[in-house]
Amino acid sequence: MTEPGITPELVQKHGLTPDEYERLQAILGRQPTYTELGIFSVMWSEHCSYKNTRPLLKGFPTKSPKILVGAGEENAGIIDIGDGLAIAFKIESHNHPSAVEPFQGAATGVGGIIRDIFTMGARPVCAINSLRLGPIEGGERAEEAPSEIAHRKSQVANNQRLFAGVVAGIAHYGNCFGIPTIAGEVYFDRSYEGNPLVNAFCLGVLRHEQIVRGAAKGIGNPVFYVGPATGRDGLAGAAFASQDLTKESSEQQRGAVQVGDPFMEKLVCEACLELLATDAVAGIQDMGAAGLTCSTCETAARAGTGIEIELSKVPQRAVGMTPYEIMLSESQERMLIIVKKGREAEVQRVFDKWDLPWAEIGFVTNTGQMVVKNHGAIVADIPAAKLADDAPVYQREAREPAYLEAVRAFTLAGIPDTSDPVGDLNRLLAWPSIASKNWVYRQYDHMVRDGTVICPGSDAAVLRIKEDSFPQPGKPPCPTIAPGFETTASSPSSPKLEKLIALTVDCNATYVFLDPYEGGKIAVAEAARNLACSGAVPLGTTDNLNFGNPHNPEIFYQLREAVRGVAEGCRAFNAPVTGGNVSLYNQNPVGPIDPTPTVAMVGLIEKAEHITTQWFKDEGDAIILLGSVADSADPLQGLGGSAHLQLMHGQKTGAPPRCDLEKEKELHGALRCLIYGGGIKSAHDCSEGGLAVSLAESCISQQTARDTPRLIGAAVDLSAFSNLRLDALLFGEAQGRIVISSAAIDAVKILERAKLLGIQATRIGVVGGTRMTFKTAVRELIWEVVEMHDLWWNSIARLMK
Amino acid sequence: MNFAVLQFPASNCDQDAVHVLKHVLGQPVRLLWHKETSLGDTDAVIIPGGFSYGDYLRTGAIARFSPVMQAVQQFAANGGPVLGICNGFQILCEAGLLPGALIRNRSLQFRCEHVFLQVGTTDSPFTCQIPPDKLLRIPIAHGEGCYFADPSALASLKTKHQVLWRYVNAQGEPTEQANPNGSLENIAGVCNERRNVAGLMPHPERASEGLLGSADGRLIFESLIHWWLSVHPSDRAAQTDLEHPVLIND
Repeated sequence: MTEPGITPELVQKHGLTPDEYERLQAILGRQPTYTELGIFSVMWSEHCSYKNTRPLLKGFPTKSPKILVGAGEENAGIIDIGDGLAIAFKIESHNHPSAVEPFQGAATGVGGIIRDIFTMGARPVCAINSLRLGPIEGGERAEEAPSEIAHRKSQVANNQRLFAGVVAGIAHYGNCFGIPTIAGEVYFDRSYEGNPLVNAFCLGVLRHEQIVRGAAKGIGNPVFYVGPATGRDGLAGAAFASQDLTKESSEQQRGAVQVGDPFMEKLVCEACLELLATDAVAGIQDMGAAGLTCSTCETAARAGTGIEIELSKVPQRAVGMTPYEIMLSESQERMLIIVKKGREAEVQRVFDKWDLPWAEIGFVTNTGQMVVKNHGAIVADIPAAKLADDAPVYQREAREPAYLEAVRAFTLAGIPDTSDPVGDLNRLLAWPSIASKNWVYRQYDHMVRDGTVICPGSDAAVLRIKEDSFPQPGKPPCPTIAPGFETTASSPSSPKLEKLIALTVDCNATYVFLDPYEGGKIAVAEAARNLACSGAVPLGTTDNLNFGNPHNPEIFYQLREAVRGVAEGCRAFNAPVTGGNVSLYNQNPVGPIDPTPTVAMVGLIEKAEHITTQWFKDEGDAIILLGSVADSADPLQGLGGSAHLQLMHGQKTGAPPRCDLEKEKELHGALRCLIYGGGIKSAHDCSEGGLAVSLAESCISQQTARDTPRLIGAAVDLSAFSNLRLDALLFGEAQGRIVISSAAIDAVKILERAKLLGIQATRIGVVGGTRMTFKTAVRELIWEVVEMHDLWWNSIARLMK
Repeated sequence: MNFAVLQFPASNCDQDAVHVLKHVLGQPVRLLWHKETSLGDTDAVIIPGGFSYGDYLRTGAIARFSPVMQAVQQFAANGGPVLGICNGFQILCEAGLLPGALIRNRSLQFRCEHVFLQVGTTDSPFTCQIPPDKLLRIPIAHGEGCYFADPSALASLKTKHQVLWRYVNAQGEPTEQANPNGSLENIAGVCNERRNVAGLMPHPERASEGLLGSADGRLIFESLIHWWLSVHPSDRAAQTDLEHPVLIND
């Protein structure tokens, strides 16, 4: 068949600039074929090449003695957790596909990140996710015109459709695959309307010696294709993800959204882990973004070899697929495996056992070229290393966004103090961004694999990694022919090699929008704080940079400053970045999304007795506030960018609270010391909604079973802080604050120890009763915990009815 | 007591069942691949949770035709104990080894949460060690767990005391609120007339260690082992382990 000739229009349609096309020709020393043009366009898209962000990403701390595989080396970073064990984890976005087709877009996002993990030789043991959507509640104001209100209503309906679809898609894929989705975050804001964010994270476990590389090693080694046949779905998805989202593009690009099959993924995962145990594999790589193209040229580039494949041997779902389509297809659940020559039979045996389609499609060469043939005719012949690594790199222009001036100029002068603090807290608790996310996580299987110690709903999820979670060394995970019973039924009392890890994902994008640098720091600080509250020490970070179009200098400024903040935070908490993902062009016709550098952090918990949850435990326990109640140097007293300012005054502005990383670090360290010392019954940080929401959640967030919350009241005395505005005292979001509780008899000891550790600690109340009461200088505020719980727990379910 | 845990493509609670039987209860256990035609030297069969063959057609609809299920049919016909958990329960109903069917949750959504269960009778190998008034706190995780049976089947289930577990609230009442999926009469699990085959939607293997928040599920496995000992007092392996019950962070 004849391929279209290369015209400037065609080049432009492939998202390549004239300069980039020049560069391409220089590499080839000739005009590209149509297939080659397609290959370059996807490999040089932001999604694959990071051409706009590479210089910035260099700013991240990526080194630590614990890091076994560092950022950018492979599909995911790997960190040592002791005793010869390690964890591999990474977060990745699937924003554009989810905007077009929420269910499949989100589902395949989960599938993609799971593949990244078992490609490293690790068994995937848990998933978490971070979602951003447009508002799911009306919010139309009286002064708005009827037409405007009608418009809002339809927008809200669409936001709800996207929300429901994304959650169902994640549930469908994760539940069927059999991975627990144990933590996450969801925020609702107008800036995500029509451009939702779906960031999916997966963590896997393995032994040090089980780490495998995505490299095409060994000249002459055969290249195997494993998984379902290649179809036209997901054509050039990576390129699609690297453009602004418009109504038209959404319509046209529906074909760029892949369709997921978690059942197939489960088989491919089990087969690959079984195969890797045989040591017959020289290299392995999943076919994710840019499918066959990316996997072939990257494996060759990493090994410094070449690779040659014959497309007619690639299993194909559709008839008459062109080389262009086969190379750019993003059909899911496919793997590329480089097999040690002579071991083919073992590989075939494993795949046949799992009834998986496979084909030998090529071999490793010493030419350094990526050669693609179709029925013997060469359709692409490209220097693999240059294609993979020589993408153009741009130092984009940055300019401080104009809006920031107004943000900094904002004062509380025009903002009256609250007249109804009781009503304010009730509204905040029911606000979807703060309300319980049980409507979401009850749809996710968050307990499969028998490891979930702390379920979703506390500051951080805690996972027990049991010895038999790790891929079996040199032994298939399951017998192919029935053997005798394992007489080695290890005596139950024998000590187990178990690890406890904590996970959290955080980012208050409003802060980042109002101050990209400070906001970036806060995202990391909150993640580290959540880990500390659960009793964990940070191990490492994976970040997902979701931003608008980097060609806009104001957007690039947000990106540069946010990255600077995140990097500083990771350095401060000794939680190096092990990898991550960049998603740009997140904007719809109305404008860009709030800059959202999602931060997922993993920590290690030494002993089971250190595990701490956020809810109050027993009547009579003392409530202690760690950290100073307010930041005296903040003229906005923590109300800048706060949930209270947004919800009660309709204003998303003001300089956000400042983040003092040194102080935060001391606070987290001190909290861990206190936890290790014993006697800390609960720990919950103050974030959105401030002290009042934190205390309320400590009273109402323990769920023992279906429709069976364990509610407990609290009597809190805040009269000592009369120097603050009431709204600032209750709802200000000053950083570096944690609410803990302990038995009354331990309180004095704990206060003394905190003093010795150099952090402020104030006894502010006592746990107990059926009400939460605040005594302030002027009055007493009373909430019934039952009512608070109903507002907080059922809010999202009511909106989604 | 020799346990065999079936493994279908996309079984995903198989390793959990093995973990609990082997490491918590100290029983000999092995995984049995779906292509096996013989159960070998098996004393009890566990059909674990998951999405056998993807369950795209209908839960358990394909698994029932697998070679290993033919062997399980024979095993059950000979009186061997079989316990189906979640997808395993769905498969047993599809295979006709248990009455009734499991359909989409009333909410049309997947549900994962802890629920309270109460035993309908202690007269079965799967409940004999559970105190009648004890509330079992055990998680569910399913999209198709709404138990359904036609009126006559339901009536016979009740007269023959085949309802082993019901969803109840914290006070032990089988209220509509306590019913997570719309199951008829809050039924969470049943057994066959001969009482050697049982299935339930909740996951006892996820509630067998204190560290995970509840060890109530262990009572179901321990019931089975006790029952086995009562009919095979010579089974030393199981005996010794039960004489020294395992407590992991309880």
